[in-house]
Amino acid sequence: MNTQTFFAIMQRDFKVLLKEFDEFVIRVAVQPTLFVLVFGLVLPKIGEIPQGYINLIAPGILGMSMLTAGVFSTAIPLAWDFGATREIEDRLFAPISVRAVLLEKIVMGMIQAWLAGGIVFPIIYLFTRQNLNIQVQSYFFLLLILFLTGIISALFGMVLGTTFEPIKFSLMFSFIVIPMIFLGAAYYSWDSLKAIPWLKWVTLVNPLLYVNEGFRAILTPQISHIRLEYSLIGLIVSSIVFTIMAIKGFERRVYN
Amino acid sequence: MNENILEVVNLRKIYNHRNDSVVALDDVSFKVKRGEIFGLLGPNGAGKTTTIGVLTTKTIPSGGKAFLGGIEVAKNPLEIKKRIAIVPQNYNLDRGLSVRDNLIFHAKYFGVSKEEREQRADYLLEEMDLYGRRNDQVLNFSDGMKRRLMIARALMHDPEIIFLDEATIGLDPEARLLIWRKIKELNNKGVTVFLTTHYMEEADRLCDHVAIMDKGKILVLDSPDQLKSMLPDGNIIELRLENINDEFLSSLEGIKGIKKIETGIDVIKLFTDGKDNIVQEVFGLVFKFKLPVLAIQHYSPTLEDLFIYLTGKGLHSGD
Ligand SMILES: Nc1ncnc2c1ncn2[C@@H]1O[C@H](COP(=O)(O)OP(=O)(O)O)[C@@H](O)[C@H]1O
Ligand SMILES: [Mg+2]
Repeated sequence: MNTQTFFAIMQRDFKVLLKEFDEFVIRVAVQPTLFVLVFGLVLPKIGEIPQGYINLIAPGILGMSMLTAGVFSTAIPLAWDFGATREIEDRLFAPISVRAVLLEKIVMGMIQAWLAGGIVFPIIYLFTRQNLNIQVQSYFFLLLILFLTGIISALFGMVLGTTFEPIKFSLMFSFIVIPMIFLGAAYYSWDSLKAIPWLKWVTLVNPLLYVNEGFRAILTPQISHIRLEYSLIGLIVSSIVFTIMAIKGFERRVYN
Repeated sequence: MNENILEVVNLRKIYNHRNDSVVALDDVSFKVKRGEIFGLLGPNGAGKTTTIGVLTTKTIPSGGKAFLGGIEVAKNPLEIKKRIAIVPQNYNLDRGLSVRDNLIFHAKYFGVSKEEREQRADYLLEEMDLYGRRNDQVLNFSDGMKRRLMIARALMHDPEIIFLDEATIGLDPEARLLIWRKIKELNNKGVTVFLTTHYMEEADRLCDHVAIMDKGKILVLDSPDQLKSMLPDGNIIELRLENINDEFLSSLEGIKGIKKIETGIDVIKLFTDGKDNIVQEVFGLVFKFKLPVLAIQHYSPTLEDLFIYLTGKGLHSGD
């Protein structure tokens, strides 16, 4: 691969990201902050939910923030590039393979997912540290889950961005991303779904489930969670499936 | 060094969609000499953009081969991309970057050294009359400025050949003339130019060789002058009339010296052998049939006429 071109393209993406970094922070931070305020401070104070509820949802808030940031970082630019502006052509016509351009997009998406995690975690900690009880089980597996979460988000965003036209985005968001977030075991643990068995099995197709349950296993093991090995398998299978779909989608839009 | 920079052999492209397929290129072969301006002239849908797509690695041909500088395009896209530059039909400037950064980053992608890319960017911005706007956002540019910036960007990595797809489409006459001048200038510096257009005047004025294309086929290929001489000797009489009727048409066919008649909705083109008496005879018939005349022109043929002569329709039909 032509590494010089690869890094030049990355530099371009960093430049664009940094130019609108304040917007990025706002997009990433506002929703989780409100969540933490309501579920970590307001409701427990009123006495509607127990003080420790934050421990149930903290991994989920982290997971879904990272997922949305990663998905958006690839989905939105790609949908516009292929559906309207064709801005990416200048990079596709650069002396580098089309797959390398794809890889660069994924790397940038991962970085943005990690940045989102780096922004959201301190927010959770800041507002709820009295009640928050986090015990990192293994830094190796934490890093592994962070890595897989980043790659899955970016790949999934690429699948969406190469499938949907920009004007269909709010529809796609309502039909795909919102259900993923709500049925991704962010606000409850998967195990507690025993009450509704069919939902328990249906939601196994949701990759965000494995992200959230994986974080739960590593960060708040006191809460019931899917065994880490199973979450890892779910994450790895999702990465493989999304890799295939993303390459197909991307190449279909590049060539004609 | 090979005299032909491009060789295209029996190229075919079929677009398959759900239930129909379009033959966009139907056995296209041609050669382009190094250093020339080569024009692909044809109406919308002729297959010009598809041809450029295949030559620039973007479109995968269904059959046939294209060679650029002796390298097969489909086999070694990376090597091809280093040598070519593309100014596509649609504006695809990077709106995340400033005007100057569009040039700088393009050069970075191609590994042009820092010193060289800075120098070249300023030079090309100056050349394209954009230096004063170098720190602007691309978003606010007029179409002519965007086109010039895209040409400047294409030249940042010093390509052997530049592909311009409908470079002057939608531009006002002044902006068009400026682009023509720039194309001539860069060709004078040794860059081979491959352009597509559906303006016959553009092909006529700029190109060393022109291939006329329609429905995925190349009909003829030669220098503009040679092409015009393919028309039967003589002139063209163009009549714009209301109420063209069959009787009038068959009377026209009776005039000696008219070699071919093409009719449109309210226009008749007569390809004549050039003798003066024909104009008078045509006038006589117009008066005899008392047809309301909108306009009459008598002129020597252009490439557009050749196209009509070859295909029986205008270049702009179907626009
Ligand atoms: N991506 C595509 N999918 C299907 N058909 C296409 C596609 N691109 C072009 N075509 C068809 O191929 C033919 C040639 O198109 P094109 O090469 O764009 O012509 P031109 O550039 O001369 O206007 C047209 O009939 C067009 O509709
Ligand atoms: Mg075209």
